[in-house]
Amino acid sequence: MGTYSVERTKRRWAYIFLALPIVFYVAIRFYPSLFAFYLSFTDWNIVSVKKNFVGMDNYSKLIADPLFWKTLGNTFKYVLWGLPISLLLGFILAYNIDRISFGEGFYKAIYFIPYITSMVAVAWVWRWLYQPVPVGVFNNILSALGLPTQAFLQSTTQALPSILATTIWADLGFQMIIFLAGIKAISPSLLEAARIDGATERQLLWFVTLPQLKATTVFLVVTGTIRYLRIFTQVMNMTFQGEGGPLNSTKPLVLHIYNNAFKSFKLGYASAMTVVLFLIILVVTLVQMRITNHEA
Amino acid sequence: MKKGLIITLLVVMLAPMMLFAAGSKESVKEGVTEIVYWQYFYETKKVLMDELIKIFEARNPDIKVVHQTFPYENYNTKVASSVPSGEGPNVINLFYGWLPLYIDSGYLQPLPTDAFPNNRIEDEFFPLVEAAKFDGKYYALPTAVRSLALFWNKDLFKAAGLDPERPPQTNEEMIAMAKKIAQLDRNGNYLQAGMTVELRGQMHHFLREVLIRQFGGTPYSSDDRSVTYNSQAGYDALKWMTDLEQVHKVGMPQFMTDDVTAFSAGKMGMTIDGSFRLGNFDALKDSLNYGVTELPSMNGVKSNFASFWANGITSTTKGKELEASVKFLDFLTSDEVMAMWLPAIGELPAKKALALKDEFKNNPKYGPFIRGLDYAHATKFIDEDGQRIVWIDAYDEVVLNNKSVRQAVDEIARKEQAIIDEYYKNR
Repeated sequence: MGTYSVERTKRRWAYIFLALPIVFYVAIRFYPSLFAFYLSFTDWNIVSVKKNFVGMDNYSKLIADPLFWKTLGNTFKYVLWGLPISLLLGFILAYNIDRISFGEGFYKAIYFIPYITSMVAVAWVWRWLYQPVPVGVFNNILSALGLPTQAFLQSTTQALPSILATTIWADLGFQMIIFLAGIKAISPSLLEAARIDGATERQLLWFVTLPQLKATTVFLVVTGTIRYLRIFTQVMNMTFQGEGGPLNSTKPLVLHIYNNAFKSFKLGYASAMTVVLFLIILVVTLVQMRITNHEA
Repeated sequence: MKKGLIITLLVVMLAPMMLFAAGSKESVKEGVTEIVYWQYFYETKKVLMDELIKIFEARNPDIKVVHQTFPYENYNTKVASSVPSGEGPNVINLFYGWLPLYIDSGYLQPLPTDAFPNNRIEDEFFPLVEAAKFDGKYYALPTAVRSLALFWNKDLFKAAGLDPERPPQTNEEMIAMAKKIAQLDRNGNYLQAGMTVELRGQMHHFLREVLIRQFGGTPYSSDDRSVTYNSQAGYDALKWMTDLEQVHKVGMPQFMTDDVTAFSAGKMGMTIDGSFRLGNFDALKDSLNYGVTELPSMNGVKSNFASFWANGITSTTKGKELEASVKFLDFLTSDEVMAMWLPAIGELPAKKALALKDEFKNNPKYGPFIRGLDYAHATKFIDEDGQRIVWIDAYDEVVLNNKSVRQAVDEIARKEQAIIDEYYKNR
């Protein structure tokens, strides 16, 4: 009887503790998400008391909006360029840091610091680095070397890669740390056995280390895809007043959503785009999770 | 002592009940009407408004004004979230460019015509206040207005061999002077700009309301429902602007990030900006030796752009609160308040007779802005952000993508017309 009641009290407390985050999630996450679904079928302009139901209007408008497609395209550029490059560089860093015996902690710290730095601060520093002479450091160096200066953020072709470079630089530390943890977790006996069989360093890398890192890589790909799909802060801060220019060449979908919602007050239309982004992230995540499950 | 405590407790406990019972914000004290005033947070505006409210309350002991401010960035969001809850202000300060949104949503009520008859408003205020008139009714009135003027750096003028006390009178002179001031290195990088080319700052207003008119066109039809700058005047205006960078080489967009920074740093000869910028530049007067003058003319045409923050009354305000709100708004638009506003905030009186008084009109700093008000236009924005971006895009299309000015202007005219059409389609 006594133990039973103690068990029950314990369980009750467990439920109470679990209930708190649920309340939080429902109020802060689920409710607004569902509300956004609802808003996407209205013409709400943020100020009006009325939310007129407009059916699929916002969605058909979205299909006809060239800027929606342009920003969606930009978003995928960020993902398809940014993610592989940051994964590759992150792995190279981790692989090499693992092999050095001295100063490992120092290198880890150096590469990880950008990741924990506020993205707003990073974006502004890089924005200044990219400026034309006489302000921008990069262009001052180019100019001093007698090389032609570059437009960087003020060019329709260079702006997106410039912002991407900043993002990758900031993102690298995270990929590196996770890869490093994955590498450290590989059983030394596996490598030992391969060495005894006469495998070269390159063969070790290709046939032991990389296959062993599959789970790590899938994890990084999933989280990275979501992170790059939601890219916002960098572009908001590195382009003038968050316009995502020049000529929308750097504007990701999230920024387009933000501008529609909070600058043009088209909450209904912005919600429709949010729903589309949500579905894209959902599909990408499901596909990637399916791959993980198959592998595991 | 104890008695006071009990009474306080009673009041604290009863007050909310009374509020709920009355279903409105009726004041606790008998006979005193409480109204709520909202504006965005701007240090000097908040301080002055607190002072003004004290004066107003002393004269109207039966009215109490509660003053609340919110950060500019989420001002609209804050207002929006107050709507469903039924809480919110009676009198609210809004940027004139947002008025269509608020009026359309039924958030504001037209100003009562007995207290603010149209003909009196049109007699007393600068004509640009008409931007607050919708369907023949005024919905808001400003205390102060802002216009543009030319700021020039006297030290850079001297260094370029120009007379530091003689700013340009025409656009042609302005370009000629800017050419002398601009400095480029041998690779064509700007070390110093002659003048601003910053459409992202105030220059899109300059292009729209000044240049297009100087080239003999108009930016919009007289009912503001059609874009009319897809004309020779519009093409000429954009070409004038892109020529600054491409032909005259007097500056480039985002030089030193923006024109305010460049001019503050003494790296730009001339800039075009609003009266609200006097405060920024005055703070640098040890290193920045500058003058202010009216915008240059061209083809004999003078024009200017003006804007304002206006006070309106929310549509839920009724009865005694409405009476009190009208009184408060009347006070905020009085000559007395306007005269206090100018030195404290740097915004210009919205009433002609007052602004054009010699002491204001001939003031070396404010004078040029006030004189500019006489021929200023306030664009009737529907979506200020969207309507600003189109001009930035037009410029970039020409400079970065080598499009013809005609093609660029025609394209943005279509885009802006779509923004306007979408707003008017339900009206």
